[in-house]
Amino acid sequence: MPRKTANYRNVNENPCNMCMPMGGILPFKGIEEAMVIIHGSQGCSTYMRRHIAEHFNEPIDVGSSSLNEKGTIYGGSQNLFQALDNIRKVYNPRLIGILTSCLAETIGEDVEGMARDYRKKQGLDNFPLVGVPTPGYGGTHSEGYWLALKKMVAALARPTEKHGGINVIVPNLSPADMREIKRILELMDVKYKLLPDISETLDRPIARPYTKIPPGGTRVEAIRCMPGAVATIQFGITVEDNVSPGHYLQSEFGVPLYNLPVPMGVEATDMFVGLLAEITGGSVPGVLKLERGRLLDCMVDSHKYNAQGRGAVFGDPELVCAVVRTCAENGLYPAVVATGSGNSGMKELLDPLLAECGQNVDYLDETDFMRVRTSCRENGVNMAIGHSDGKFLTESEGIPLVRMGFPIHDRVGGQRLLSVGYTGTTNFLDRVTNTLLEHKHKNYRATMYREFYREAGVKKRGCEIR
Amino acid sequence: MQLMKISNWLCEDFFRRDVINVSTAVPNDNLIMERQSSIQVKGGQRKNQLKCDVESIAGCVSQRACVYCGARVVLNPVTDAIHLVHGPIGCASYTWDIRGSLSSGSELYRNSFCTDLKENDIIFGGEKKLARAIDELVEKYESELVFVYSTCVVGVIGDDLEAVCKTAAHKHGIQVLPVQSSGFIGNKSAGYRAACDALLRLIEPPGGARPINSRRPVKSVNYLGDFNLAGEAWIIKDYLKRIGVEVNVVFTGDSNYRDLKKAPEASLNIMQCAGSMSYMARRMEELYSIPSLQISFLGLEDTAASLCKIADFFGEPEMMRRAKELIKEETIAVQPEMERYHEKLAGKKAAIYVGGGFKAISLIKQFREIGINVVMVGTQTGQEEEYQTLHDISDDGTVILDDANPSELERFMTEKGAHLLVGGVKERPLAYKLGVAFIDHNHDRKHPLSGYVGAVNFAREVYSTVCSPVWKYARETGGGLYAAENSELPER
Ligand code: SF4
Repeated sequence: MPRKTANYRNVNENPCNMCMPMGGILPFKGIEEAMVIIHGSQGCSTYMRRHIAEHFNEPIDVGSSSLNEKGTIYGGSQNLFQALDNIRKVYNPRLIGILTSCLAETIGEDVEGMARDYRKKQGLDNFPLVGVPTPGYGGTHSEGYWLALKKMVAALARPTEKHGGINVIVPNLSPADMREIKRILELMDVKYKLLPDISETLDRPIARPYTKIPPGGTRVEAIRCMPGAVATIQFGITVEDNVSPGHYLQSEFGVPLYNLPVPMGVEATDMFVGLLAEITGGSVPGVLKLERGRLLDCMVDSHKYNAQGRGAVFGDPELVCAVVRTCAENGLYPAVVATGSGNSGMKELLDPLLAECGQNVDYLDETDFMRVRTSCRENGVNMAIGHSDGKFLTESEGIPLVRMGFPIHDRVGGQRLLSVGYTGTTNFLDRVTNTLLEHKHKNYRATMYREFYREAGVKKRGCEIR
Repeated sequence: MQLMKISNWLCEDFFRRDVINVSTAVPNDNLIMERQSSIQVKGGQRKNQLKCDVESIAGCVSQRACVYCGARVVLNPVTDAIHLVHGPIGCASYTWDIRGSLSSGSELYRNSFCTDLKENDIIFGGEKKLARAIDELVEKYESELVFVYSTCVVGVIGDDLEAVCKTAAHKHGIQVLPVQSSGFIGNKSAGYRAACDALLRLIEPPGGARPINSRRPVKSVNYLGDFNLAGEAWIIKDYLKRIGVEVNVVFTGDSNYRDLKKAPEASLNIMQCAGSMSYMARRMEELYSIPSLQISFLGLEDTAASLCKIADFFGEPEMMRRAKELIKEETIAVQPEMERYHEKLAGKKAAIYVGGGFKAISLIKQFREIGINVVMVGTQTGQEEEYQTLHDISDDGTVILDDANPSELERFMTEKGAHLLVGGVKERPLAYKLGVAFIDHNHDRKHPLSGYVGAVNFAREVYSTVCSPVWKYARETGGGLYAAENSELPER
């Protein structure tokens, strides 16, 4: 039976999201010496590797149990066990994540049970194998991302002594963003465990000798002792409780959870910095105050230009919320807010904030790009902010795109985009403003000519007008 | 002073790395035993005994894609078709506009349509949803042709694609063709076959296939296995026109429904990408008595040889004269630039890891044209005869491997001291991290590599990466001076 929700479609025309296991790979890439396997047919893992490699420009090794017809009919545990053997042999990892694909889920594979069997069979009592059921049709990559984190925490975290540190759990941000969050934490003198930490692993410096697994990432021990923290800060206001690692730590171990918006923009960054000061009893260091001042200065410089923007923002719900808030703070109001995820609650989260802007906002949940495109046209959008697949808005509607989020596969530097904290926000707003200005300057002469030159019927000589 | 010394030493170290001999039985520090029969060293065995065209081993981190991918890349360049993926969203998302195929007409092919199956559809079956999806799309977009691709789950839940497509075709009076490309039924080659099967159904004249030799325009060819990446099919079409050959239809670069329908009328099939099209060529010979020639327009040598081969087939002296003239003209035009690159590149060593065997063979020749020797060559889907040829034309000591993984690529490039890797997107970051130059030979490149212009592009790209000043820093100081510090990351 088709569901009768407003967004139910028979056909998706140009996807705005990816599948669940894709999202599950990323957090495992942020764990020290971890590897990840997709239990399913070969293609899924290859496609995801390609997609991720293109964004980060890093080698992305992901195993596959290469399920074939036989495995599909008789069960794939043999394939999975062989995959685990081979991965251990070649990569010698300290943790392995096992994600399922559509195929494995449909034939009813129980990866968590299989992980237990494998451990027993190989006498690997304490070896962390984290099974995550991620059917491609069970949700988008965002849900896969959070579920993998939650399963990781559930598999590793055990009651420990209180240690005074803070757990910081982050959504799918760029490595540069993660470095910025770490820098703020260090400036505030906070002891923290960052989960996951792709800041080094997916933005790896050139160095010799080359190692198969990049150095860096959250230590397994760090996850083990997360229950001993004084608090968890999770940048996940759109995350549902059943896939929330922070919520799990709170309900299982009583670690207080602060669910904050991604620290982008003045208010959200203030919230983060303020909370850190409150928890640690410290004060905000001068460096951060200066950076905040510079952000405000940047906003004053650009607010009038920003006011001319009618934005479309799309991508992962958590990032979409952050971008919308940041833009709105500088007077750039969105006309279209879209995500491929269902149930993100974007409307409820953003409506109060946007109530004042005097502009209709079209919220598109569980959407595809054809709808985003139609909505952009109908709402007179003149700039878009989101991942690379939005390039079609530029191609077909002439709307300039500020690339942000994941995946960015038609430009370099997705991994180096800095958008969080006071400095990152400044950086981000400059990118936005300059894109608006470039667009304006490119079209200004032609537009004015078309609109106001009364003898426009006569073609202007020696000049091609677009 | 100190700094000078270090960088000098590293420089020598890099450029004078001796070739370490890989013995016939590849040592197995961390190689996977089952993989040994898929790796060999030229000269180690008397003849080629490489194991290929088998399924990937679990946990090998194979660089290979799947059946669906094989089918999608072959069919996607059909410009005015509705390409509908029946399955969950991921597959459609990762293949949206995946190729740099260009169109001179419709842009419909650049959309990714998907039935976006959800949990409920998996439980209750997706046939109804598929039927509704086709209805919606056909209503919205004018098209006489729909390709419906099946993905993994569709094969498992047992949706009857054939029946749904048949009903829809009947209802709308257009062609709706199922592409049986469930991911787990084989590897990428199975996908090529599935695509060819769909194409064969598409070109079948009403009333069934029969040889239609009589009415054929004499000098008209079908050009198989060119996907018009960055306009390559257009370049070749132009060459053929210049020697007096008309291209009937290209499979499938810049093709459309109407043109494809005319395919049985050609008098000859010429085939570039053998991996994806040899099955098609064979079947067309059986069904329509169209003979086929394997050609290659990659590199100066192959391009010239192919043009002569085609002229020779038609047996017309005038055509041969024009072919020779074209070759001479074009060669003279590119020679000075090619020679400049040759000078700069002579003696460098290349590694190849590409999709198909035939492309690998062409690349070895192309590298020789610019003075580069190939020290490692592998493919994702090479066939036995292709590996035989690879073996025959390789130098002694060349590592030849099928269905490689990053760990093997890393190892052999390092051991063999390769300066350059040619491959696809997944291989690029690995090469760069190892300090090895890289050139793209993938679907979404934005410059043509075919014909004379392509040969120059190729040489220029090789030069731009192998001789880039960046390596001076990346290999020497970057890797050397800071290596120790890099491995000591800040405490977390
Ligand atoms: S949607 Fe399913 S079959 Fe497709 S790539 Fe994702 S997990 Fe694999």
